[in-house]
Amino acid sequence: MPRYLSLVHIDESAAPAEGPSEELMRRMGELIEEVTKAGVMLDTAGLTPSAQGTSVRWEGGKISVTDGPFTESKEVVGGYAIMQCKDKAEALEWTKRFLKVHEEFWTVTCEVREIAEG
Amino acid sequence: MEPQPTAAHAIETVFRLESPRVVAGVARIVRDVGIAEELAQDALVAALERWPRDGVPDNPGAWLMATARHRAVDLVRRRETYARKLAEIGRDLGTTALPEEPADPDDIDDDLLRLVFTTCHPVLSPEARTALTLRLLGGLSTAEIARAHLVPEPTIAQRIVRAKRTLATRNVAFEVPYGPDREARLGSVLDVIYLIFNEGYAATAGDDLLRPGLCEDALRLARVLSSLMPKEPEVHGLTSFLEFQASRTAARTGPDGTPVLLRDQNRRRWNRMLIARGIRALDRADATATGAPGPYALQAAIAACHAHAYSYEETDWRTIATLYGLLAARSPSPVVELNRAVAVSMAEGPAAGLELVDALAAEPALRDYHLLPSVRGDLLARLGRAAEAREEFVRAASLARNEKERELLLGRAAECAS
Repeated sequence: MPRYLSLVHIDESAAPAEGPSEELMRRMGELIEEVTKAGVMLDTAGLTPSAQGTSVRWEGGKISVTDGPFTESKEVVGGYAIMQCKDKAEALEWTKRFLKVHEEFWTVTCEVREIAEG
Repeated sequence: MEPQPTAAHAIETVFRLESPRVVAGVARIVRDVGIAEELAQDALVAALERWPRDGVPDNPGAWLMATARHRAVDLVRRRETYARKLAEIGRDLGTTALPEEPADPDDIDDDLLRLVFTTCHPVLSPEARTALTLRLLGGLSTAEIARAHLVPEPTIAQRIVRAKRTLATRNVAFEVPYGPDREARLGSVLDVIYLIFNEGYAATAGDDLLRPGLCEDALRLARVLSSLMPKEPEVHGLTSFLEFQASRTAARTGPDGTPVLLRDQNRRRWNRMLIARGIRALDRADATATGAPGPYALQAAIAACHAHAYSYEETDWRTIATLYGLLAARSPSPVVELNRAVAVSMAEGPAAGLELVDALAAEPALRDYHLLPSVRGDLLARLGRAAEAREEFVRAASLARNEKERELLLGRAAECAS
């Protein structure tokens, strides 16, 4: 049963300044409980805003350090989930359910990637 | 690159995810898991007809549940049809408890638990329990279960049909046991999950991934059970044990499929996330325990000792030997005793281990068990008694069940000769 990493990308400039609504947090909590109870969710978390992040780059044998926000990308990683699923179809089904708990004004992209094993 | 799943595949995926809950919810109404599964299948057929045309509903699980329940209530209301259905499985309306009203959806966890205790019921043979549990709770098809067990599909299909019939004719109540037999019944549930895991774990050979896949199916069942029974320490103990065992999967076989012994495994290939989950589940087992740890929690604690050692040399054999001692006292078995002997030999030296192994020589249960001569050979080799060790390895090779293990043991025999 492969494991999948869902990288949740959000457009921070379009996300509500006051953060997710209480209603969204409640629905999200219920969904995460459901996915965990299904024995699928191995780990999940949200990340603090990219403004508090730092990217450290290795290029041409040199290190460069840049503090966030990372203006060169419209969407940044805002969270992740690691799920163990029978196949990709199942991982996509759970991902759709995760997206559907958001209000319509959100723009969220989940990049679902299989974790290489062995 | 995996293609996008087709619409039908997506619908079947939703069904597989929801199926245990739908079957459980309907079984409460019709009081029979066989009939419940049929009604759930009817709901799938309806979904396959409707969804591609009208779109997938917002809450597909609720749609399937409502459809299946609706059919269940209908069936029960049309008493003649229901009576005929019951007659097919050897029951009649007079002896069948009256169906209850469909309950609050929040009770679905209780329904799932009822389903677990029903598919793992002791009136069924262990083979029937594993097949029915994988089918109704693991969401595996009959074909998948057959492939994983290396038996023809009709055999499994028959096994499942007979199991459902047995539950019906023996009037097994669709309920979670409380009171005096609860512990024994829970033990049966845990053993079924462990048995499924072990079938996959022992099947390191072969190209068919469905056999090792059984480990993951079992692990998923254990995780589900942990969330359904959060107050049961042995449930967390089993989950923890399986998380630890599964964490070593990548290191257990070499590139050519040969088994790699624990001492030779590349521990960097152990999955740290599963180890962390094993540790967390073991903490929960400790936190919920009211008395001494049970057999699964003890096995998890032993596995945790291995997981904490970054190299074989750092293994805390004293603690492991102590834990095996507790396990032997709690649920004595020759195999546990053999493992204890290995741990004692590592903690106190090969002579102490050999003493324990020799006490097992006459054990009928171990007569054809290749690990007994294999362990004995290893201890003799460590004591410098090469000729005797060689004999033991040759004997172990003749008893080994798979080719790869046989090669490994003959290799050790050859080492003793040189």
